[in-house]
Amino acid sequence: MEWETVIGLEVHVQLATQTKIFSGASTAYGAEPNTQACAVDLAFPGVLPVLNEKAVEYAVRFGLSIDAEITRRSVFARKNYFYPDLPKGYQISQHDLPTVGKGHMDVQLEDGSIKRIGITRAHLEEDAGKSLHGELSGFSGIDLNRASTPLLEIVSEPDMRSAKEAIAYLKNLHSLVRYLGISDGNMQEGSFRCDVNVSVRPKGQSEFGTRTETKNVNSFRFAERAILYEVDRQISVLEDGGHIRQETRTYDPDLDETRAMRSKENAHDYRYFPDPDLLPLVLSEEYIEAIRAQLPELPWQKCSRYMNDYKLSQYDASYLSSDWDIAQYFETALAHNTEVPPKLLANWIAGDLAATLNKENLNLTESPVSAEQLSQLVLRIHDQTISNNIAKKVFEAIWNKEGNADSIIEKQGLKQITDTGALEKLVDEIITNNPEQVAQYRSGKDKLFSFFVGQAMKATQGKANPQQLNDLIKMKLGA
Amino acid sequence: MHHKTLAELSQALKNKEYSSRELTQYFLDRIKQHDTQLNSFITVTEELALKQADLADQRLAKGDAEALTGIPLAQKDIFCTQGVKTSCGSKMLDNFIAPYDATLIRRCNEAGMVMLGKTNMDELAMGSSNETSFYGPVANPWDLERTPGGSSGGSAAAVAAYLTPAATGTDTGGSIRQPAALCGITGLKPTYGRISRYGMTAFASSLDQAGPMARSAEDVALLMNVFAGHDPLDSTSVQKEVPDYTADLKSPLKDLKIGLPKEYFGEGLNPAIAEALEKAKAVFAQQGVQFVDLSLPHTDLALSVYYILAPAECSSNLSRFDGVRYGYRCKDPKDLEDMYCRSRSEAFGEEVKRRILIGTYVLSQGFYDAYYLKAQQVRRLIRDDFTKAFQSVDLILAPTTPTTAFKLKEITDPVSMYLSDIYTLALNLAGLPGLSLPVGFSEGLPIGMQLIGNYFSEATLLKTAHQYQCASDWHLQFPKNF
Repeated sequence: MEWETVIGLEVHVQLATQTKIFSGASTAYGAEPNTQACAVDLAFPGVLPVLNEKAVEYAVRFGLSIDAEITRRSVFARKNYFYPDLPKGYQISQHDLPTVGKGHMDVQLEDGSIKRIGITRAHLEEDAGKSLHGELSGFSGIDLNRASTPLLEIVSEPDMRSAKEAIAYLKNLHSLVRYLGISDGNMQEGSFRCDVNVSVRPKGQSEFGTRTETKNVNSFRFAERAILYEVDRQISVLEDGGHIRQETRTYDPDLDETRAMRSKENAHDYRYFPDPDLLPLVLSEEYIEAIRAQLPELPWQKCSRYMNDYKLSQYDASYLSSDWDIAQYFETALAHNTEVPPKLLANWIAGDLAATLNKENLNLTESPVSAEQLSQLVLRIHDQTISNNIAKKVFEAIWNKEGNADSIIEKQGLKQITDTGALEKLVDEIITNNPEQVAQYRSGKDKLFSFFVGQAMKATQGKANPQQLNDLIKMKLGA
Repeated sequence: MHHKTLAELSQALKNKEYSSRELTQYFLDRIKQHDTQLNSFITVTEELALKQADLADQRLAKGDAEALTGIPLAQKDIFCTQGVKTSCGSKMLDNFIAPYDATLIRRCNEAGMVMLGKTNMDELAMGSSNETSFYGPVANPWDLERTPGGSSGGSAAAVAAYLTPAATGTDTGGSIRQPAALCGITGLKPTYGRISRYGMTAFASSLDQAGPMARSAEDVALLMNVFAGHDPLDSTSVQKEVPDYTADLKSPLKDLKIGLPKEYFGEGLNPAIAEALEKAKAVFAQQGVQFVDLSLPHTDLALSVYYILAPAECSSNLSRFDGVRYGYRCKDPKDLEDMYCRSRSEAFGEEVKRRILIGTYVLSQGFYDAYYLKAQQVRRLIRDDFTKAFQSVDLILAPTTPTTAFKLKEITDPVSMYLSDIYTLALNLAGLPGLSLPVGFSEGLPIGMQLIGNYFSEATLLKTAHQYQCASDWHLQFPKNF
């Protein structure tokens, strides 16, 4: 039987506020346990939550970027359950009336086609703390630094039909929240993690199959693996005549498998009710419009601008706009030298720069070659000071902190030889010294052309202007 | 200095008739002498009190004293007080030293008031007789075999016996007004949001409200000037200007319209109380007050609604008492589940457990709509009753309690106990202010009258009570032997 996969994603995005969503404690990552938890986070008797306005602004910013309905009057509820890292015994979360309602995002798939993914809602909530097992003998530790950190939970429609689509959506979403400046998107630190809902159904069937939810997946690769594993597992269960249990699962990256955590029958009754400590959140039209007015250029807007203004291909434009840091780098480099051709610059960013960063395991923000430096290098290729090949050498030198393009070209004497007289003399010498090859070439062995070019480049240590050299050799050999 | 009002004590301090230290020592001595009979204090903070008194004396000497600088008061043990045990009347918090001050405490400290100690109360403010306290019941100074009421029973008894000139209380369904009535003192539950709840251990967040308990309306007004105000730490606290509550006390009541809701004068009301209220009406009538009969048709639903909503909120509010970070933890827990179950089972009393169970039940999936949601709808109807009534009257007059103080251990059935708040809890559901003041005695026991006002009409309530007290002396009666 042919099966169809149905995927919906719930993504928890940690909002980049300075302080927590309901208290004044810092949200900075990596502090000593429990040093960033105040009386409110620790849920001492009598403490009360006060909503962080910045978190609301970030949620609205997100909502507007996905064309969502912004709820004018949203309500915080209490989700009640006991766990040691949940100090109040309830999590404050928007339940019935989230700040961000229905919206959508257009995602570009690998084949270049665009798919619209529905976003059901996005709600504000607080994070829990962390339980530390095995670090203290005979006890479990609790670190409440993360407690009450603001999260925006973004819930998609079950609109994705393959792991690839799901990952494309995730990457788009990740890019978007970084563009909006509402999250650092740091997946290692848990700032962007997702719950993956997967079901399968016979192709052509309209109703959904029973789904499972795989919790807390914190990388694109794990998300893809978890989906692929779940799809295979579900199909084989169904093909063996079994049925899928609605349950919560966890993905184990070491074994590359998902495992059941708890079934629906054992699901908590969270006893949601509106939090009486917080008034309903009422947003005015002016407030929402003020945020709309400050929205930055969004990834898809940048992409089409790059295509229109810089005549870049869709491939290049979407690569450059896919990530806030890349776009920033590209735009900084362009602004540094207005004559730099965007296409050549794009090639260098996507090519040598990306490859070297990848090899050295560095982020673009950690690149030893600054945007300004790359801009100068590309400009020197463009104005024919150096050839593309020599540029690779210069790039390496810049990477190794030997200076910038101009000073390296100067110091190492890498300036291209464009003096026609000198090149002509050189070509004449080569022709004189290699009569055999000349004869063979002239008798039709065209491949030998590169031999002459190679000889000339060897003699000039690659500095000969390739175009000029080609023309000269062609002319001389043709004579 | 015996039996002086706050205004009188304040004047005496400013006239240097005695120092705050002397005054504080006087009340500390009275507590030592009398509280063994009453059990009205859980903690007496003698050392801290004398230190605060010395600081107050310095302010008085420098001339930068406020109205209540140097005046001692007792704090209900529900308010967090930094460095001082804050038990809330519960075994759960018997070992809890609060690491911060409640906003109300901070305001008292800033005003230069002196905290004598923390008063006894029903466990986590759940009870109407002070019998649910882990620290044992409080006795009513008018008859030691009787209840002072609850949950602010310790505060009421201590003020009535003049172990303190004033105290704080909290009122979720009548916990200031009912004990004030049973102990013959004046107590005000302000409008919801008027006084910060920050640092006040939550029972039912949408109903809880702190307020002053003292001898007279004038004293209560002075205390309101210290307590009331917006607090950015409490999102439900109201950003509304605070008037000087003493400014209007002396205005005449002429042309004031007071409503008499028929539902509050029906079956179940002790005839002696009804009679005392008739006499109080006559006093008002002489001052030119007009009375209007009216109806609050949803009154009979208030008790049921209250006992759905208050337990619902409390079941969630009390989840933080889990033995993990502070408070009671059972010995040698086997595992997490065991630690939760035994810590909570061993530390919470019967009434608290009952309310947690009721609250958990009404919020459960499948019951939420029928109970919680429906109760919220009826709550709106109850509020609308009052809103409508206040279109035609300035205040509403009603009994505070159906009976005078009952005997300790007399009421064992929880529902009968709940009925002692039958006249008070509708106000909490509506968020309205209410004041109880003494208007007579029956068989040696005080009778309370309740005045109910529209939102933020505390000044009118206080003025009306003050004018009544100018024409009567019920509030100046003191129990023998104290």
